[in-house]
Amino acid sequence: MCGIAGIFNLHKDKEILIDNLRRMSAIINHRGPDGFGFYKDERAGLAHARLSIIDLKGGWQPIHNEDKTIWITFNGEIFNYIELRETLISKGHRFYTKSDTEVIVHLYEDYGVECLKYLNGQFAFAVWDKNNGKFFVARDRVGIRPLFYTFVNGSMIFASEIKSLFTDSRVKREIDPFALDQIFNFWMAIPPRTAFKDVLELPAGHYMVVEKGDCKIEKYWDLDFTPEGSIKSEEEYAEELKELLIDSTRLRLRADVPVGAYLSGGIDSSVITALIKKYTNNPLRTFSVAFHDEVYDESIYQKKMIEYLNTDHTVIKCSYSDIAKVFPDIIWHTETPILRTAPAPLYMLSKLVRDNGYKVVLTGEGSDEILAGYDIFKEAKVRKFLERDPDSKIRPLILKRLYPYLANSPTKSLQYSKAFFSINTNNYSDRYYSHIPRWDMTSKLKLFFSDHIKEELNGYNNVDDLSVLLSNDIDSFDYLSKAQYLEIKTLLSNYLLSSQGDRMAMGNSVEGRFPFLDHRVIEFCCKLPPNLRMQTLTEKYILKKSMNSLLPESIIKRTKQPYMAPDSKSFFAGETLEYVEEMFSDNALKRCGCFEIKKTRRLFEKCRKGLSIGFKDNMAFVGILSSQLLHHRFIDQFPTHTLNEIDETKEQIIEVV
Amino acid sequence: MEQIRQTVKKFILENILFEDDENALDYDDSFLEKGIIDSTGVLEVVSFIEEEFNISVDDDELVPENLDSVNKLAKFVNEKTGS
Repeated sequence: MCGIAGIFNLHKDKEILIDNLRRMSAIINHRGPDGFGFYKDERAGLAHARLSIIDLKGGWQPIHNEDKTIWITFNGEIFNYIELRETLISKGHRFYTKSDTEVIVHLYEDYGVECLKYLNGQFAFAVWDKNNGKFFVARDRVGIRPLFYTFVNGSMIFASEIKSLFTDSRVKREIDPFALDQIFNFWMAIPPRTAFKDVLELPAGHYMVVEKGDCKIEKYWDLDFTPEGSIKSEEEYAEELKELLIDSTRLRLRADVPVGAYLSGGIDSSVITALIKKYTNNPLRTFSVAFHDEVYDESIYQKKMIEYLNTDHTVIKCSYSDIAKVFPDIIWHTETPILRTAPAPLYMLSKLVRDNGYKVVLTGEGSDEILAGYDIFKEAKVRKFLERDPDSKIRPLILKRLYPYLANSPTKSLQYSKAFFSINTNNYSDRYYSHIPRWDMTSKLKLFFSDHIKEELNGYNNVDDLSVLLSNDIDSFDYLSKAQYLEIKTLLSNYLLSSQGDRMAMGNSVEGRFPFLDHRVIEFCCKLPPNLRMQTLTEKYILKKSMNSLLPESIIKRTKQPYMAPDSKSFFAGETLEYVEEMFSDNALKRCGCFEIKKTRRLFEKCRKGLSIGFKDNMAFVGILSSQLLHHRFIDQFPTHTLNEIDETKEQIIEVV
Repeated sequence: MEQIRQTVKKFILENILFEDDENALDYDDSFLEKGIIDSTGVLEVVSFIEEEFNISVDDDELVPENLDSVNKLAKFVNEKTGS
């Protein structure tokens, strides 16, 4: 796992400076602190900051094929590399490393861009095919590893993180008002858009080929929830899921360094930890985050699993002020405004992992998406149920089953919840049914936008951009599958795996691996009958069934508690930190220009007094604070002139042609 | 009654809508339909009227008929305080 960066001249040869590649890697050296490698010729420059996990001695990058006509810089892991390598060797390919990266070079030689379908992994890479003048860039199926790019003066510049692109002073640094509109609506910018104007992201499951001055982007994989003709028995599905998960976990333990696991106390991480314990020889080392505030804390369940599996466990306790303290660093890593503080404790957790000498952790991420674990899926089901008989006095009682764990539960008032859940959805296409309440509520945050932003957005319809991202097949899916598809296409890659995943782990040089996101597991779950994903209001029904014998009953039966962290409260629990005051000052608000000063000040005062208890104010507060920090760190104070050169004591490989 | 209306309206404008403009809210605007408050925001309004008017709102009074516009709120508070 690593950081990658590079430059490709679209039309003609232009000198590429190693110094530029160095700067691009130096600023993302948290992704790869173990060493650097560079390649350059007249057309292309590739850079690599390395976190050594597989083939510690030999796996230096960029890596090439037998005659050095194909070069690659690669971030991520190919978990089935051992099998691929054997096949490639039997076909006559010669390897000079034992790394997973090298299999891509040889696969590409044989299959071109079709090589992607053989890979089981999490990756972003760039291949420079010199003989054919072809530059090939790709990202894994669900977007676990990031890839950003931009065009400047006839060159394409790409990198694992946006800050790397900004080390080139020709790249403009401006907040994109349309992205802001999307974030304050869908909780994420819709790829290829990012929070910054003209900085683009290669969407998950896509690749890009640049040749003859032309740039072509293609989708190579998408989720397909179209039901299969034959239906198996529940037991067969449960057994098959278990076998798949055992295999995907086993593959994800492949590393030349020790591998740990997160253990949150929820069912997903418990499943993964139990599978490691029962089906592999990997010594079980687990980590978790606990909260001082018991509303967010899951320690009781964590302890149950620790005792049950007898794991060597380390926990970090997170307080309100911890979140406030690390928040500016969080935004430096997310590179986008966020509406929740939830990434912050995960950043602290990855630091704990790293401080304990671990570089790799397995987590339960992805299960809620593919097996329908989230409340938004239940909400949609409940809304459908209420709509079938709007006058029923009995039906609203089902609302009591939603959010039992929330102190300010919206279901405290049944009548009110019923009214809230029965909102008019006629203005939207049916494909968005599940997500309308969330988007509708979030879009109210735009009341804080400045006149300048509102003018720029005049008439902009963000749903049009969203629909480009979606396959038309969505309209033929059942409504649960529609909801899952939407959730995966929006939040999985562009919030959960990025702001809360890759960026928080890599910020502390830790690689996350996700057995539920093995594409074989995803494809299997998509084809499950919907009622096995959610049965009445029991989420992840089939997973619970298939793991029955592996987990204690109390873990299987507990109501899902979504992972959350305290929001605006975090910033006012003790003394208000200077940066928070500063980011909400008239001056800072004016400089950023995105938010209306008077309203924003009112919100700030309300939160300071502890009067903001609802979702809306809390999301607005975190959204504005993070946007302000983004502007401050990336536009006002971006370290253009003080960029550190890379640490010369680290090993470096430089290949100049 | 008029004073209750004014107090409630000012609270909603300043604390929920963060607005100065009096025209941003009509007395009969439905909080739910206009998206002025979300489901958690209801409790914020309740907590305000309880403190401001020294009343206590029972669970079964937490219904849109009592709380869903400035006028409904004012009427509800008025009845509770018996003024």
